[in-house]
Amino acid sequence: MKVSELIKLTEGRIAAGNPEEQINIERAFSSDLMSDVLTLDDHHIVLITGLANVQLIRTVEMADVPVVLLCRNKPATPEMVNLANEIGIVLVETHFSIFRASGVLYQNGLKPLY
Amino acid sequence: MKVVELAEKFGLEIFSGNVGLQKEISGGYVSDLLSDVMGFALENQVWITLQTHQNVIAIASLKDLAAVIIVKGLQPDPETVKHSEEEGIPLLGTDMETFEIAGKIYKEFEI
Amino acid sequence: MAEILEFHIKGGDFNLAGKASSKIKKKLIQLGVETSTIKRIVVATYEAELNVVAHAREGKLTAIFEPDSIRIIIADSGPGIEDIDLAMEAGFSTATKKVREMGFGAGMGLPNIRKNTDELEIESKVGVGTRLEMIIYY
Repeated sequence: MKVSELIKLTEGRIAAGNPEEQINIERAFSSDLMSDVLTLDDHHIVLITGLANVQLIRTVEMADVPVVLLCRNKPATPEMVNLANEIGIVLVETHFSIFRASGVLYQNGLKPLY
Repeated sequence: MKVVELAEKFGLEIFSGNVGLQKEISGGYVSDLLSDVMGFALENQVWITLQTHQNVIAIASLKDLAAVIIVKGLQPDPETVKHSEEEGIPLLGTDMETFEIAGKIYKEFEI
Repeated sequence: MAEILEFHIKGGDFNLAGKASSKIKKKLIQLGVETSTIKRIVVATYEAELNVVAHAREGKLTAIFEPDSIRIIIADSGPGIEDIDLAMEAGFSTATKKVREMGFGAGMGLPNIRKNTDELEIESKVGVGTRLEMIIYY
């Protein structure tokens, strides 16, 4: 799934990075626990989360997660946007809950991790 | 859909809180942050999380949630089980990741 | 000769946590280290950095880039670890509620550091501080 399709499906808007980014997202992971994110082994994933702080961006930087979906209308802070742009992470904001975002993306073919 | 039907349909393990199995579920909520659930979860939702701590039941009770599903095959703490019995809030478990179980359950409640 | 990078880590300042790991990551990319190895190194380093931020007053991180490996030493002044074996158990945590609400403190830090390193040594004195030394081979 391309970033543009993810945005369309979740009625989202891009907060950082390029919406035309040609990353192919294959799997998704829903979590608010950064320690959990740091144990991931996959690379072509989107992290679906309700967390919106700078540590989130640092964590996905270390875990090589290319795309993050911020749920429930939690806006990305300017610090988050700057850091995401610097590192090259795509940040998408949506008004969907994590539950709904997970449901919609699962039905549209994204796979779980393990 | 009742909690017991959800458990059967998705092969969820029932740890405790059988008294509440007949409760009708209104939808789902996903979060691993207790303050988030406190602020935004709605009555009769089923809460999906990887938190196993007894505070989970305290919050589920305060928010009148229908049940709690613990993911990734994690076992609830003994106090959590005890609390779930006392409050009559079913504590369920699955080996699936949050994304997968939420993805599957969502379909049941799609408007 | 091995190149050395040093960083100061301030306890309690989560906004700065990860800066050292990020610089180390950039350096490793420059050196052409394999992606999956870089990830092991930076995840372990970041977890260690977070531990200092979450628990200690301050710390010093030293990264020594050898031709075939990286050696990272993180020494902090802080509360120390009472029982290292217990702290190595998945799920054990002494993190505060505030730290947990930021998405950390699930008790997976030290186990994750062990998982991602080839060699790991932990020394700790209660009331004094903790010193971690880890080696990861490229």
